Amino acid sequence: MNVTRIVILSASLLASVAPASAAGVADAPAGAASCSGCHPATSRVDTAVPRLVGRNPDEIVTAMHAFKSGERPATVMDRIAKGFSEDEIKAIAAWYGGQKD
Amino acid sequence: MTGKQTSRRDFLKTVAAGAAMLPLPAVAQGAGGQVVVVGGGFAGATCARFIKRIDPRITVTLVEASPTFTACPFSNGVIAGLRDLKAQEFGYDKLAGDHVALNITPATGVDAQSRAVALSNGARLSYDRLVLAPGIDIRWDGLPGYTEAAAERMPHAWKAGEQTLLLRRQLEAMPDGGTVVISAPANPFRCPPGPYERASLIAYYLKTKKPKSKLILLDAKDAFSKQRLFQNAWKELYPNLEWVSLSSGGKVTSVEPASKTVVTDFSRHQAAVANIIPPQKAARVADLAQVADRSGWCPVDAMTFESKQQPNIHVIGDAAIMGAMPKSAFSANAQAKVCAAAIAKLLAGQKPEEPRLINTCYSVVAPDYGITVAGVYRPKDGVLSDIEGAGGVSPIDAPAATRAAEASYADGWFKTITTEVFG
Repeated sequence: MNVTRIVILSASLLASVAPASAAGVADAPAGAASCSGCHPATSRVDTAVPRLVGRNPDEIVTAMHAFKSGERPATVMDRIAKGFSEDEIKAIAAWYGGQKD
Repeated sequence: MTGKQTSRRDFLKTVAAGAAMLPLPAVAQGAGGQVVVVGGGFAGATCARFIKRIDPRITVTLVEASPTFTACPFSNGVIAGLRDLKAQEFGYDKLAGDHVALNITPATGVDAQSRAVALSNGARLSYDRLVLAPGIDIRWDGLPGYTEAAAERMPHAWKAGEQTLLLRRQLEAMPDGGTVVISAPANPFRCPPGPYERASLIAYYLKTKKPKSKLILLDAKDAFSKQRLFQNAWKELYPNLEWVSLSSGGKVTSVEPASKTVVTDFSRHQAAVANIIPPQKAARVADLAQVADRSGWCPVDAMTFESKQQPNIHVIGDAAIMGAMPKSAFSANAQAKVCAAAIAKLLAGQKPEEPRLINTCYSVVAPDYGITVAGVYRPKDGVLSDIEGAGGVSPIDAPAATRAAEASYADGWFKTITTEVFG
């Protein structure tokens, strides 16, 4: 495990991200709107891709770190996670955590 | 410019409205504002829906010529007999449920000066902001011999619907041992990996149903999307598929529909079935609104997708020049959501935020073999640009399980995106 990865993993354990409960579609942070192209906003869709709506933000942040570092095997999320900064990931995770079906 | 003047006069004549009669935009009267969206595909239908979700006070009207949308992604599966065209068709009922006003009538004019769209039934819709998401038109002057009549013998099938079924029927009617010729255009065009997915799935059909047949893919390019992945798959799965690059003489210079002959500078290919994917441009309404430049596509601001040629008109989806983003349904949907947020801000007198966008394009090489290209984008120096270090294509050496997983995710993607847009 390299140094960068230790730092990233530690950060994810320490910093808990709270759901942005009051935020609506109008307040979606940069990048969040694109996710729902694959991650269904509604439970009506039968797909293997997990939903982000209402998910614990810490789980999303941890998953994004693992995709970014290559620790978690992926088909496309490894390539996509690398396009987002730490702050952007946290903002997107917090916003999805506050969304409802 | 003379052209602009004439067009505006014609418009005013058409709608029989004097300049003095033009109403004030709704936003000036203190309401949420009026948005008209022209085009009900992945870009337009998404944008209409999301503007309404972001700010329900905004009045949103979707203008679309057809009551049914036929999706292009996955339509190569219809051509190969793997899928029914019905699975590609979507209506607009759910948008109406979201309080988007539907106007199923062709748009016949746009007057950027008085901010109004004219419809073929004589109606006239005023807007504060107009979103054009018209998709593509075929350049009927772009390939000698390839006319609308020629497309009935040599289908393009690059707008899904009857053309898709025509190509499928021709393949079904073709005797085993025939030659299928596909012609792929130079960049830019709708769905950059599309011709190669199509070649793959037609090759799959031939392999399983007509194994003595062969497929020649004539290309006006030397490089294409996911090239190594496609070529590796072809070597493994489809030895009867031959790709002819630009530098090997692959550029089609004319077609002869009567004999289904496809002509290049070096040879003449007499096809049993010819699929001509011709040069394209932004669809006609872009010309009516004077938002397309000499390339035939529409330059836009990289933050709001507002036209660089006409204020208060936004262009999204395949018709727009979107920098590094490819002309895909995923891109169109992502752009539409960014555009919706920007328009809501602009109508409220606020500054739009700098966006981030994602694209993921799935291609299905065989029913259990999927590959992808992905990208993450942001405005940089006024152009949507790749975020370095992100994106790229599926691994070249991935195991069969990964290819199967991507084929399954492709299926999920289609369900998810069409549910978000139309469901």
